[in-house]
This record gives sequence, structure tokens and C-alpha cells, in this order.
Amino acid sequence: MVYLDLLIGFLKVGLFSFGGAYGAIPLIRDVVMSYGWMSDATLSNMIAVSESTPGPIMVNMATYVGSSQGGILGSLLATFAVVLPAFVIILLIMVLLKNALKNQYVQAVLGGLKPCVIGIVLAMGIYMIISNIFPASFGGFDWKTLLLTIFLAALLYLPPRIAPKKLKKISPILLIVIAAVCGIIIY
Amino acid sequence: MPILLEIFLTFAKIGLFTFGGGYAMISIIDNNCVERKKWITHDEMMNITVIAESTPGPIAINCATYVGYKKGGFLGACAATIGVVLPSFVIIYIISIFLDNFLQIAWIAKAFTGIKAAVGILILDAAINMIKKMNKKVLPIGIMIGACLVMLTVNFFSLKFSSIVLMLIAAAVSVAVFLIRKNLAKKGGTV
Repeated sequence: MVYLDLLIGFLKVGLFSFGGAYGAIPLIRDVVMSYGWMSDATLSNMIAVSESTPGPIMVNMATYVGSSQGGILGSLLATFAVVLPAFVIILLIMVLLKNALKNQYVQAVLGGLKPCVIGIVLAMGIYMIISNIFPASFGGFDWKTLLLTIFLAALLYLPPRIAPKKLKKISPILLIVIAAVCGIIIY
Repeated sequence: MPILLEIFLTFAKIGLFTFGGGYAMISIIDNNCVERKKWITHDEMMNITVIAESTPGPIAINCATYVGYKKGGFLGACAATIGVVLPSFVIIYIISIFLDNFLQIAWIAKAFTGIKAAVGILILDAAINMIKKMNKKVLPIGIMIGACLVMLTVNFFSLKFSSIVLMLIAAAVSVAVFLIRKNLAKKGGTV
């Protein structure tokens, strides 16, 4: 049943997403792929929409997946599920386990989880970039996307290097808007 | 104004006006709850940030629950959490109804093809930022590289392997190394 799948799937996301929204993206991909709810392309649209709208990105993604699979009830369940573990854990820490995070075993567990999340996010980024450039499971080569990717990366990383004091890194939303305009022009 | 309503409205405003997710939200929460309303102290805010980084789930929810509980107990925590979630829930729900139809329009589909390239870069950039901040010892770096290689294999060959399993393995490895080191330290050895 889709409602139960949404609830359990997003409880898992809420419980294992360390390091903010980007740590959650690979977990959400796991969930939507394992149920066959979304393709990589739809997932990427959803990430862009969630990044460009206000509010917690993870909540935005849960609402979106929930709505696309189960309407209003689905979006309520997915949002509730993604929020619940964080809510309960913070209350537990504040009320009962004030020093839980200082416990050396908890620290050892976190010491394994955090670098693992970084590796998973890194793999996700590399995978998305490469599969965009070589679409259809490496059946094709999309030189327009290659050029756009290089251009956007230069836009993100070069200005702070050229003038470190004057230019800040551009915001994710601005990068998405520029990418959208470029997309309309070149594709 | 009753305190619960004030908590709810404050966090609804925070949820409505912050773009870019949790880390952007921390500074807005700091501005509203520490400087203006003085609901919590600056030290507590620092403490929340540390807790949020070590607990799962959306960082905004961690912060909202903490501040809400501090100011209004369990109901305060509920008011803050619902407040911070509600605006984006409504906005995304409305967008999700229309987006599929929007994507039928040719130029919007083209825009999203361009956006796909940006999303890949943003995810890679998030990973690079996390690597810059991470603990640069042998074990975490080894776990990070190992996890990356496993997930690259899983993603590229479309294997059925949950990243949660990988995280549990990483946690087990880290605890095992911790226990071995503790044992050796007891015997007077060092690692």
C-alpha cells in the first residue's frame, strides 16, 4: 500500500539523514527507486524545485514525493514521517538524555556515520554529473550538457578565486536560475 | 499574544522566508529567537547547532523543536515544528499538482534539462564543503572513500543496495575500531 510505503520510506529518511538536506537526497533516491516511483530525471526536477522554494529542503522533497504518489494524504504522511524522528530525538536529548551526545559509544557511532554520509553524497554528485553527460546508460554523449556543466562549475568556483574579497560564491538558487535560462537557450 | 501562537507564527515566518535549507535557517533563527525575542541565549544557539549536526533529520526541525520546547514545553515544540513545516508544505503541495503539466510545455522542459546540470554540481559542491569541514584522520577518510566507491558502483550498475545498510556497516566499523583502541590502551599499547 502506497501510504504505508510512504510512511516507512520517509521515516527511514528522517532517521538516517545526517548532515542536512544533501545527506537526505541519496536516501530519498533509494526510497523512490526501490518503489519505482520516480526516475533520476524527475528526482532532479524535484531537487531543483525543493532548493528554489522556501523552507527545509528535506520537508519540501517529502511533501513532493508524497503528493505525487498519494495526493494530499500521501504528502501529509511523508512530511510527518520525515519530521518525526528529528522531533522525537531532540525531545529525548533535551528531556532525558542531556549528555547522550557526549557518550563515547554514541560518538563512535557518529564517527562512522558522518564520513559515510559524505562519501555517499560525493558518489551521488559524481553519478548525477556523469549520467547527465552520458545519458541513456552511457548510450549517448551529450556535449551540450558537458559544456553547460563546465560553464556552471566555473561560475560557481571561479569568481571567489579571482577576487576573494569582493566576490562571494553565488547562491544555489541563482545557479539554478542561470542553468534554467541556459537550458532554454541551448536545448 | 499567547506564547504558543507567538512561537507558531515566528517559526512560520522563518519557514516562509528562508531559502536554501537548514544552514541558511540557523542564522535566521539566531536573528529572531536570540537577538529579537531573547527566547534562548547565544550559547544555547551554538549548542543547538552542534546537536543538529549530530542528530538525523532536517536541521530546521532540530532547531525548531529545541527552541519550541525551551520556550513552551512539549506544545511549544509542536507549535514551532508545525510552524516551520507548514508554509513549505502548502507551497510544495500546490507546485507538485501543477509541475507535471508545466513540464509538458517545451521551453519549461528545456529549462529543467539545464537545471539538471546545476543540481549535479550543487550536490557535488555540498560534498566538497562537507569534506572541507570533516575530521581528517585515517579512519574517517577511509570510511568516506570506501562509502563513495561502494555507492558509485551501486549507482552506475543500478544495484539493489540501500545506503542505510552502508551507514550501519560504517557505524559498526567505527565502533569496532573504538573498542579495539580502548582495549589496546588498557593494555598499555597505543594505536
